[in-house]
Amino acid sequence: MDTFVQQLINGLTVGSIYALIALGYTMVYGILRLINFAHGDIYMLGAYAGYFIARWLGFAGEPSVAGLAVVLVGSMLAAALLGMAIERFAYRPVRKYARMTTLITAIGMSLLLENLSVVIFEGTPRAFPELLHNSTYRLFGNAAISKTQLLIFGVSIILMLLLQWIVYRTKVGTAMRAVSFNLNSAKLMGINTDAIIVFTFALGSALAAAGGVLTAQYNPTIYPLMGIITGLKAFVAAVLGGIGNIPGAVLGGLLIGAAETFVVGYGQLVGIPSTYRDAVAFAILILVLLFRPAGLLGTTVQEKV
Amino acid sequence: MPGFVKKLVGAAVFLVVLYAVSALVGREGLFGFGLGAYESEVLMLVGINVILAVSLNLINGFTGQFSIGHAGFMAIGAYSSAYFTVYHGQNLEQALGGGAFAHALVFTVAILIGAVVAGGMGLLVGIPSLRLRGDYLAIVTLGFAEIIRIVILNLDVVGGATGFSVNVTYPVTFFWVGLFAAITIIVVRNVVKSDTGRALISIREDELAAEAMGVNTTRYKVLSFVISSAFAGVAGVLFGHFKRFLATPDFTFIKSFEVIIMIVLGGMGSITGAVLGAVVITILPELLRQLPSVGGFNFADLRLVIYAALLIVIMLTRPQGVLGEREIGFNWLRRAQKAPEGDRQVGDDTGVPIAQRAGDAEEVEKR
Repeated sequence: MDTFVQQLINGLTVGSIYALIALGYTMVYGILRLINFAHGDIYMLGAYAGYFIARWLGFAGEPSVAGLAVVLVGSMLAAALLGMAIERFAYRPVRKYARMTTLITAIGMSLLLENLSVVIFEGTPRAFPELLHNSTYRLFGNAAISKTQLLIFGVSIILMLLLQWIVYRTKVGTAMRAVSFNLNSAKLMGINTDAIIVFTFALGSALAAAGGVLTAQYNPTIYPLMGIITGLKAFVAAVLGGIGNIPGAVLGGLLIGAAETFVVGYGQLVGIPSTYRDAVAFAILILVLLFRPAGLLGTTVQEKV
Repeated sequence: MPGFVKKLVGAAVFLVVLYAVSALVGREGLFGFGLGAYESEVLMLVGINVILAVSLNLINGFTGQFSIGHAGFMAIGAYSSAYFTVYHGQNLEQALGGGAFAHALVFTVAILIGAVVAGGMGLLVGIPSLRLRGDYLAIVTLGFAEIIRIVILNLDVVGGATGFSVNVTYPVTFFWVGLFAAITIIVVRNVVKSDTGRALISIREDELAAEAMGVNTTRYKVLSFVISSAFAGVAGVLFGHFKRFLATPDFTFIKSFEVIIMIVLGGMGSITGAVLGAVVITILPELLRQLPSVGGFNFADLRLVIYAALLIVIMLTRPQGVLGEREIGFNWLRRAQKAPEGDRQVGDDTGVPIAQRAGDAEEVEKR
């Protein structure tokens, strides 16, 4: 029982981070119908931004809550700016073309960010400084939860509630929903759609950066290609939940995180080696899509002629 | 000359040329024409990528279904055929009496095995996933390809994580690669020009309308998927026996992206465009290696950055790809002078397929 609880806690920790990244994918998709392949790399750059902020401001040596907050907010701001720049200079000019063009632009942007990071930050992994003294709280039996895990849960929940508030309770959020419902009509209603799209990118990128910094607290090695597989799984999480659907992204992220951890923990018992870890996300996705083609929480849109 | 004689002569000339080029490959300085080992390798990879790009274009360009799983089918072809040649190749060759003919025959069987296994897998993957549309189909094909890769990674009989050494004497000459590149191009061209091709293009232009006109869309989508997967398998066979070492990192979704980049760059729905894209995308990173080092800064280190930046710039400036939907050929040269709009029935003047362009606008409206 305590092993199960432990696995669940570990799984939900990873899952929260997938969920944070998946939110960015799902929001951008909801508005532009664009798979933003560069999103995983924004997560990576968010972690690097956090690394440099921590080093330059001197939070690296002495862990403190204030330092953590500054690093987290700083990297979120940096990533938001980056996301806005990418939208403005790469995606906006190709938005009017065929979907394939925007998709290739996104792939190109992803390759650009990765390769540029390899040149600038060098390929060797860096150790992310510890920003909070880690300690472990025993729950019962052998099950325990670490301070970092509590931090990840806490920050993720706060950010998701904040997002929920922005999307459903503010004017800009209403505009976002209007744009995602129908871009052209939203424009006719006087919504500055370009500004809303930029805002969406900023929001999604900031969440990805928070995911990056939090991951780096849990698993303190950062490297330029860290965003590829995590980004892909987060995207899978977004599709699993129903792409374009915000609660769906959270649900998908948590599900995939938990499933992955359970395969590593219990897979051997049923003959699945732990090396299948990376395949789990895709297997779940395929199974779900075969029965619910629009994802868990997505709604099927009837095609009209 | 009757048509078929013309074709036979053409085929014979092509084979002779191919044989001559193949003889030059890997023999630097032969009659002053030979290619060095490095250039030969690039040439081989160009040929293999042509097979991949032209075959993927059948799904992505002509049928309008978006697959990002091509690398998975390539992996299946590579591993299944290598399994055959490594474990059974020798025996079969001896049973056939040995010699050059038996050698070639066994390799032909290996290619067939790669094609059939990859095509069969394409059928298995295609039937359930082609019910999905657009981005959902894309992510499911990507998922299947990654699962295939991870399963192979866990198969000890083909080396598992340490890689699979294809330690057999089947030297893949350029002759084989060129021959199969030509076969791929001819098959895809014939499919596209046939009734089947009309059905495929109708699915691309408007799936609902195609269905309403009585086109069995699922059947045709699966068919194009299977043909495409089988050729990806052939590319895998050639790749595996040419590299003589297989490792799963060669078949990640990055490889699938690379093939997609080739066809988008060359022009979706153009066979010659796919060929052009394959040539450019294979050679470009190699050319960028030659960049000079200025003031202690090695510009060649930036080659992948420049590659990615170029890709974005091309998309910004020529979104329909270099050729759009046009084909380059003898007909094109003739027609280009007379009626330039002759081969532009399907797309508009920017080369963007009408359905893709209008469909997007409609989709936005419907939401």
